[in-house]
Formats: sequence, structure tokens, C-alpha cells
Amino acid sequence: MNLNLFLLIPGLTAVAVLLLRQQSQVRMLALAGSVVQLVLAIWVTAQFLALPQATTPGAMAFVSEYSWYPSLGIVHTTGVDGVSLSMILLTAVVVLAGVLVSWKVTDRFQSFFFLLMLLSMGAYGFFIAQNLFVMFFFLELAVIPKFLLIGLWGSGKREYSATKLVLMLMGASALVFVGLAGLYYGQSDASAGFNMQALAASPLPLASQLFFFPFAFIGFGVFTALFPFHTWVPDGHSSAPTAASMFLAGISMKLGGYGALRVATFLMPEAAAYYSPWIVLLAAIAILYGSFATMMQTDLKYINAYSSVSHTGFVLFGIGMLTKTSLQGAVLQMVSHGLMTALFFAVIGMLYERTHTRQVEKMGGLLKAVPFISTVFVIAGLTSLGLPGFSGFVSEMMVFVGSWERSGIFYRVATVAAAASIVVTAVYILRAVGSVIMGPVQHEAYLQFEDATWTEKLAAVVLIAAILFIGLAPFVMNGWIEPGVQSVFQQVSAAGGR
Amino acid sequence: MWTDILLLMRTEMMLILIIFLLLFWKLGGGGRVQIVQAVVNGGLVLALLLGFVLSDSGELFGHMFRTNDLLRLEKNMLVLAALLVSLLASQWVAAHRHAMEFYLLMISTLLGMCFMLSSANLLMFYLGLELASIPLAAMVNFDLQRKQSAEAAFKMIVSSAFASGILLFGISWLYGTTGTVDFDSLATALTGSPLQVLGVVAVLAGFGFKMSAVPFHLWTADVYEGAPVPVTAYLSVLSKSAILFVFVSVLYTVFGSMQQVWYIVICVLAIGSMLVGNLFAMRQQNMKRFLAFSSIAQVGFILVGVCGVNATSSAAVVFFLLVYLFSNLGAFAIVQHISQSTGKETIDDYRGLARANPALAWLLAIALFSLAGIPPTAGFFGKFFLLLAGAGKGTWFLIIVAALNMIVSLYYYLRVVKAMFMETQASRTGGLCGRYFHHGFVWRCLRVYFQPHASVEALLLILLFHAVWLSIKIILLKN
Repeated sequence: MNLNLFLLIPGLTAVAVLLLRQQSQVRMLALAGSVVQLVLAIWVTAQFLALPQATTPGAMAFVSEYSWYPSLGIVHTTGVDGVSLSMILLTAVVVLAGVLVSWKVTDRFQSFFFLLMLLSMGAYGFFIAQNLFVMFFFLELAVIPKFLLIGLWGSGKREYSATKLVLMLMGASALVFVGLAGLYYGQSDASAGFNMQALAASPLPLASQLFFFPFAFIGFGVFTALFPFHTWVPDGHSSAPTAASMFLAGISMKLGGYGALRVATFLMPEAAAYYSPWIVLLAAIAILYGSFATMMQTDLKYINAYSSVSHTGFVLFGIGMLTKTSLQGAVLQMVSHGLMTALFFAVIGMLYERTHTRQVEKMGGLLKAVPFISTVFVIAGLTSLGLPGFSGFVSEMMVFVGSWERSGIFYRVATVAAAASIVVTAVYILRAVGSVIMGPVQHEAYLQFEDATWTEKLAAVVLIAAILFIGLAPFVMNGWIEPGVQSVFQQVSAAGGR
Repeated sequence: MWTDILLLMRTEMMLILIIFLLLFWKLGGGGRVQIVQAVVNGGLVLALLLGFVLSDSGELFGHMFRTNDLLRLEKNMLVLAALLVSLLASQWVAAHRHAMEFYLLMISTLLGMCFMLSSANLLMFYLGLELASIPLAAMVNFDLQRKQSAEAAFKMIVSSAFASGILLFGISWLYGTTGTVDFDSLATALTGSPLQVLGVVAVLAGFGFKMSAVPFHLWTADVYEGAPVPVTAYLSVLSKSAILFVFVSVLYTVFGSMQQVWYIVICVLAIGSMLVGNLFAMRQQNMKRFLAFSSIAQVGFILVGVCGVNATSSAAVVFFLLVYLFSNLGAFAIVQHISQSTGKETIDDYRGLARANPALAWLLAIALFSLAGIPPTAGFFGKFFLLLAGAGKGTWFLIIVAALNMIVSLYYYLRVVKAMFMETQASRTGGLCGRYFHHGFVWRCLRVYFQPHASVEALLLILLFHAVWLSIKIILLKN
């Protein structure tokens, strides 16, 4: 089993898309490519579960190495554990749904699907990387497609949003670079190069950790909307075309969370323990600020974008708390938020295509007009506010329970404050759902709308199935990610943190 | 002895052969431009092949001239770059009255650069440097009808002479205090006495002028803007690369013992060049001025790599320059193509280019992404290695400033990309629009790729990615 298939398939699909001329051919090819990705992801997971590595903390499965720039310690090393596999599954599901909702893209469709595939390739490459350079390469690879997707197919002030997004994300990766260089030169084991396992085995001296941890953590944090660097999120998401919003919120923001866990916390555990209160503080601010800011929004995309700030705040909150349960909750929240927000953006895109507005107050009574889409909208909303049975409940619950394990008045207060945001979430979600789909039909023309097409239905069904899978049987995925998180936790406890 | 000379100096000999051929041909009345071009390009290809066939090292003329694998690689890069410039200039030269003189001057400067690279002696180095810079001024003046071109040439010759003067002044201090101009004996004879420090600083200032590092950059933008596009490309890639190659080797070997003197100077030059180059590039409208300031910023990044002072940094500098050669020449090839077909040179004129001519727009975008250092282009690797090498000394402030400057530079490279792809207004490059717009996509691509000078771009593109793999060899070679 060679994990580089995850690079090969999107790569080949991307190139093949450029060779075709008909829109119908291009989108069928993209669909085929993404179905293959999903099948591959499921198959790899099934294979992985049969291996001993599936239950051993810190063990990587399917490891392969290709020498790239050997003299600098740059080796194309790939390998997965349960945490990365969850991310890969998430990516595959969101890519499939993203391709399905982009069925009607007619303007420069070749470049559109090319960039989507390039973006997914970047995400896969990032998640399978076991070498910091490779990880960094794919992290940056995934940025420029976003810029072009927003700038070329976006709406509203797309140029401004695209530029803001790309500059903030590239700035973030510049910070990550400083962290990587620090790890590279600071290690005691000179042969480690950029190899993550070797770097984890010989951590930096405390002083260097304290200096370089903020670079790495803030760098990855920007990707995950770390307060106060979250400002690219609302603009970027709201200007992006539907599929790009789904990719951005569903996959890209997870790159940051994964990196913060795998690079910053795993490789610099003592510094993670040292800076833990600050991370918790910033994350708690993001959670509260995000949810209150959402209350003020009237544009559906802005509502989801700000609520994403709040929800991904839980990821950083869980990482900052550094207990095993909270770390597990953070990983699960990444998957859950990825699915939920992708579903939300997909359904917003469907509504916008029909009503040509995203303003909450201009819509109403859509349940009568488009029952399927409205139902999906309700499901997305309920997942977002954390109703039991959906994935959001499980992951947020785990973050809270894990946070409560951490003693200390500051952490208790922060946990209570973060938990309080759930109420605010309920307010804005219920208000949006109520005014969009309930009430009298706002416009005669609404009754003429066509309900979801088969592609839109399929996209929604795939995402909802995944959400329900996590929501109803959380122990399954939890079992996969537990050993991976365990290794991070061991690292932190060994470093004398908690 | 003679076989030695022929063998070790084969690149130089080949260039001399071309020069003499052109001179006698000119005396005999000259020929058709196309034939001249074919001969020059053929000669350069031959020089390139000769450079690649054997790996050998040695020295000649009583330690005046030396060569080794690294120098040979650097010379090959220069010859390749000259070949690419010659290709991208072909249409412009063909319409010029003095085609033959252009090639004569160009090959002469190339010869000067080769001698400069191979020098093992300050006098030889100075000789090569002058041969490489004086004909350049004449090349800058080659748009005979344009006043700016003459003005640029004047600025170039004055500042270049000034820089050479300072350099020579520094050399004389060094000679006066140590009694030698030979690189190897200088390296051991330098003790760090105040007079020698003065000499080193003067030499560094001379280098700074030639590579247009801040604060010695003031001539750059005007000269780049005034010169014809192919000459600008030549200036920004060839003369810059050549001087940087020599700079690294002189700094590390000859002045190696005086590291505490120049280390901080180079750091300051690097930070200044990045900041000034980036901040000024942001405000430029003219593509040539834009690329001029961006090249100042690139010199800043290269100096960051130089600050690493280890084997990795010199390998990283060579690799970066290899990548820079392709990406910058790629950008210039397209600027030249658009300027030649429509006469438009400002960023506003590039609006809507992606609609009118997607192939050209994508090529330029890739070249700019490579300059900005974005994966998967080779520029990413170049920048990464430079900054990683620069971090080797542990001067983290420098690395943080450089990393942040990457963002600033990305902003202005994206400005051009935005203009090409995201502007919805009608394209101002009307000529291009009319020529390509009505045909089908495939036909359009064919048209682009089969025009002689545009095929350069396609070539560049392919080479750009190959450069990534080439680099493995370079880094292995050094370590």
C-alpha cells in the first residue's frame, strides 16, 4: 500500500481535466476522480485497522521513503496513523461533495476543476507527510489555488478577499517556516533532518522551544482562525464560490489544526505546556467573539463563516488544554466541523442559486418551496448547534469534558465561558433557520423553484451520512484517533507538562 | 600546454571564436540577420555542450585562471541564459540595423563574465569585470531612437565606472598591505588590520554597486526601464548572477578570515535590499521597473543565504540563481513578447490578458509564482534553501525579516496576476486580443508555441521544473 496514491490520483485527475474540452466530460472525470479518492480512503482505513499500528500509540502505518534532497535531510516520507486517516477521510468526503455541488460551473470549468483537484492534492499531501519539509511544501501548495478560486469565480469583493486570504495564509506559513528552521537547527540529533519521528524523539532544549513554539503555533493557528488572526475567514468564505468555501472551511482550516497538534505540540511539548494558558485564552476569545459576531450577521455565508471561527476555536481550545480527552475532542471536532460546515456552505450555495440572495431577512417559507434543501439546512443547523445524534455534539462534549479534567481556576472559567457559547450558537442558528425556511413564503417566484438536483442531493446525503456516522457511533472514529492522540499526550506528559 | 589551454578554457575559446567570426563577417559586409542569429545561437549551443562533456579542474597562466566543476556549472548557466536572451531578443534584433553588433557586444560581456568567474587573481577578476560591464552600456543604448535608452546608458556607464573605481581603490589597499593580488595568498595574508578592513569594505561596496544591493541600487530602476527589454533581461539575470557567483567565492575564501568584518555588513545589505526592493516594487506601474525592483529584492534574499556562511549556503545561492535565471527570463520573455506585439508595458495594460490569451497569462503567472517562491514551482525550493541556509548562523532576526518580506513580495507579484486574471474590464492589450481571440483554444496555443520567441517561454517553463531535479546534483556536488 503506497500512500502516494493520494497524490497521484488527484494529480492525474487535475492534468486529465485540462485535456478535456466538454463541460460534461470534465465534471464526470472530476467526479470519477473524487469517488476513487473516497474509495481509496475507505480502503486504506480498512487496511489500516487490521494492522498492529492501529492500536500502538505513535506508530505509523504504510511508511514509505523517497530521497528528495538527501543532503539537507529532506526525504519524501509518508505514513499515516488514525488521526491523519480521519483527516484524509474528511478530505475525501468534502472533495466529493464539493465536486458534486460544482456541477453547474460553466465559466472556465477546466481551470476550476483543475484547481479543486490541486487543492485536494495539497491537503492529502499535508496529511500523509512525515517530513516537515514535505508538509510545508503541501501546506503552501494548497494556498494559491484558493486565491485563484476566490478571485476568479468568487462573488462580492472577491479581489480584496482573495488577496487578504492569500497574504495572511502565506504570512502564516512564513511563521511556520521560522519554526521549522528552528527545529531543523536546534535538534540534538543531527541526522534527524526534517523527519518528524526523529525530531519527536529528541526534542529541542527548553529555551529554543519557548522561542520557536509561538512561530509554529501561531503560523498554523492562522489557518485555523486563531484570534486575532481570524480576519481572513469571514471575507474569504463569503466571497468564495460554493465548492471553494466548502474546501476552505472543511479542509483548509483543518490543515492548521492538524499542524498545531502534530508539529507545534508534538515536537515542542514543553513549550506547549508553557504556553497552554495563552492558547486557551485566545481560543476562548475566538469561541465567544465568533459566536457573538455571528449574532450580528444577516448574510448566510457570513453567519457560517463567523460560526466557523467559533467552532474551530474549540479545536485550539482542546489542543491548548492538553488533556488526552480534550486532544481527542479537538481532532474529532476538526472532522465534525469540516463535515458540518461543508454541508452548510453547500446548502447555502443551493439556496443562493435559486433565490439569488443570501440575506436572511429576504428569504422565508422555503420549506414549502424546496423541502429537500430546507431539510438539509435544518440538519446542518442542528449539527452546528450541537444536537445529540449529530457529530457536533460528540466532539464539543469531548472538548468540554477533557477541559474539565484540567484543574485550576483559570481553566475552569475558560471552560465555562466556552460552554456558554453553545447558547449563543443556538440563538443564531435557530433564528436563521426559522426565518429562512419557516414563516410565510416571501415571494411568489419561490414556489416555482426546482428542488435539489440529483448531484446536490447526493452531495448532501454523503455529508449527512458522514455526520450521522460520527454522531451515532462516535466510538468508532474515536478508536482510530485514540492511539495517535495518545502519542502526543505521552510526549507532553513526558516533558513534565500535564 | 596548448592542449591544456584548449581544454580548460573551452567555453571561453568557443566564445572568442564566435566573436572573431562575427568580426570578420562584419568586415566582409555581413549577412542576413537570420543566418547571423543561427550562427550565434548554434555557437552558444556548442559552447554549452562543450561545457557539459567533461568534468575537469586545473589552473593556467601561473595561477591567473582556474576552473573546476562548480565554475563550469556556473559558466554553463550563464551561457544557457545568454542563449535564452538571444532567443527572446530574436524578433527585436531582426528589425534592428545593427544586429551583428548586438551579438558582438553580448558575447563579449559573456566572455568577460567567464573570465571573471575563473579568475584566481584580483587583477584578472578586475579585467573580466570590466570586459563584462563596458559593452553592457553600449547594449543598453541599443534603442537608438529612444532618448531614455541613451540616458540609461549614460547612467549605467557613469555608475559602473564609479563602482569600478571604488573596487580598484579597495584592491590597491589590499595590495598595498599584503603585497599580493593572488586569491590564495591574499586569504592567508589578510590579518584584519585597519587598512585591510578599509580595503575589504571598498571592495564590498564595489560588489554592492554591481549587484545593485541597497544602498548602491539607485542606478538600477532607471537603467532597467530605459534599456530595451532583452537587455534588461540580460542585465537582471546574467550580470547579476555572474557577480554573485564571484562574490560568494571571494567572500568565503579570500575574505574568509575577516568574517567578523563583513558578516554584519552583508546582513544590513540583505535587509536593506529586501525592504527597499519590495516597498518600491509595490508602487511601480511599468513592468520593467517592477521587475527591476523585484530583482533588487531578490538580491536581498540571496544575501540572506550568503549570510549562512557554510557549504549549504553557496550551494543554495547557485541553485537559487539557476531557478532565478529561468523564472526571471520567463517573465521577461513574456513582457518582451507583449511589448513587441502591442507596445504596452504597464501593469494596467495587462488587464484581462487571461481572457484574451490564456496561455501567455498562465506562463507569466507561473514565472511570477516562481519568483515569489510558491510551490510547486522551482522558486519555492530556491527560496526555502536560501532561507534555511541563512538560518545556519542562528541570526534569527534576519530570517524573520526575510520570511516577512516574502509576503510583501507575494503581494506585488499577485498584483500582476490579479490584473491579468481578475479584471473584468476590456483588455487594453488590444493587438494581442485581436490576434488570438477569434481562434479556437488549440489553435491559439499552437500559435503561441510556434512563434520563435514565444517558444522560448514554453522551453523556459519546462526547464523551470527540471531545475528542481538538477539541483540535487548541485547540492550533492557541494556536500
